[in-house]
Parts: sequence; structure tokens; C-alpha cells
Amino acid sequence: MAQPSPSLRTPRARVKGLGASGHGAGHWWQQRVTAALNIPLMIGFIVIIAMMAGRPYPEAVALVSHPLAALVLIGGVISVTLHMRIGMQVVIEDYVHDKGLKFAALFANTTYAVAVAVACLYAILRVSLARLV
Amino acid sequence: MAPTARPTVTAPLSPHLQVYRWTWTMAMSVFHRITGTALYGGTVLVAIWLVALAAGPAAYGWVAGFFGSVFGKLVLFAYTWVLLHHMLGGLRHFVWDVGHGFDRERRMWLARGTLIGSVILTVLIWAIALVIR
Repeated sequence: MAQPSPSLRTPRARVKGLGASGHGAGHWWQQRVTAALNIPLMIGFIVIIAMMAGRPYPEAVALVSHPLAALVLIGGVISVTLHMRIGMQVVIEDYVHDKGLKFAALFANTTYAVAVAVACLYAILRVSLARLV
Repeated sequence: MAPTARPTVTAPLSPHLQVYRWTWTMAMSVFHRITGTALYGGTVLVAIWLVALAAGPAAYGWVAGFFGSVFGKLVLFAYTWVLLHHMLGGLRHFVWDVGHGFDRERRMWLARGTLIGSVILTVLIWAIALVIR
């Protein structure tokens, strides 16, 4: 009987019968890779912050617009926001069981991570590229 | 074909945290999540700092003034500690990921080392930053 299938799984995937296996470790690996990258990037971030503390505005701008500082900050923002999004997703999936609430929380999580990333990246580029003009 | 209704689960759920005696490893595991969540929220401060820098001297002066105040310095000190604690906690997970440090002696040592190490490193970083100034 040709009944419309309620599943989005392809016939081939159903025959293989492996479910989601082979795809489950993606987030696990991404969390490890970003964690490892976060270590040097956050040490660089601490150094930049410590160097900027108490400096007047033009010196602070000069520091952040230095290519090395800007690259460390850009890398740090990307790695940290990816890392924190996955981390919070795990926390949400562990503690929020209501379907609608969980969807809303996961949606808010991604929105927050992207918003932080976009705001930081725009600001870094704005400060460092302003040097060119 | 109509989807079959799932039987309602009436079996008791497995006991959670409250039934266990607190140990160092458990405390540090919980603390890793708490510090991760705190850092997640703390990225807003980084975004505010960078956006203020891009916005101009007036906005930056206001933000720098806040972080330069006693309360602002306390926030930064706590931020440093939480960041380093989460970083050392992550390194502990790397040790476990490669299959080491599971025996009682070592895992207790790793858990204590995370807390003690993060406090020492935080004080050290602030001491260096204040001496160099």
C-alpha cells in the first residue's frame, strides 16, 4: 500500500538502519577543537585587556587596531561563541524538557551567540580597518 | 496509518543529585557548568567593551570608567577567576578524553588542582598586571 511516509528519513537510510550513528560526535568534536583553540586565544585576550587597562582612548584604539591584536580578538570571538553555543545547548537539553520551551530556549541560545559574535566582530573590524582610511 | 499512541511512562525516574554525597569531583563538575554559564553571560561585557571602543571616546570613556572603578575591578577579577577555572576544568576533561586520570587518587587530585590552580593563576595574573603598570 502506498501510504505517505510520516518520516523524513530516506528509504536508503531506513534500509541501512543506522539511525543517527556516524553524526552524533560532531558537536563533541567541535566542542573539543574550540576548547583547545580557546586556550591560546583567551591568554592573548587577557594580555590585550591588561595592556589596555587605564590607557586613554587613542592608545586603546591603536592597541586593538594592531593586526596581531585584531586577529587574536577575531579568532577568540569566533571560537568562544561557537563553544558557548554548544555548551549552553547541552545545558538546555539536560534541564529543559518541555518541547515548546526547549525550542524557544535553543532558538534564543543561537540568537544570543550570533548577536554577541556579530557585535564583537563588527566592532573589531570597525576599529582596526578605520586605520586604512 | 495512524501513528500509534505511546504508552504513558509511570516508572519512577532515576534519582538525581540530591541523593549523592558531595565529593570534590562532583562539585567541580557542577562548578564547570556554573562557570561556563557565567562566562556565557559575561560575553555581553566583552561585546559592550568592543562596541564602545568602536563607538567613540565618549562611550569608551564611560565603559572604561566602569571597569576602572572598584566594582568594575571586582567584576574583572571574578571574571578572570571564572575564566581560568573553566579553562583548567577543560584541561581536566582533555586528560580524561585521552583515557587518563580516572583512578581515585588522580581524579581527586585533578579536581582539587582545578580549584587551587585557578585561584593561584588568577592572583598571579593580577599581581603581574599591577606590578607592570
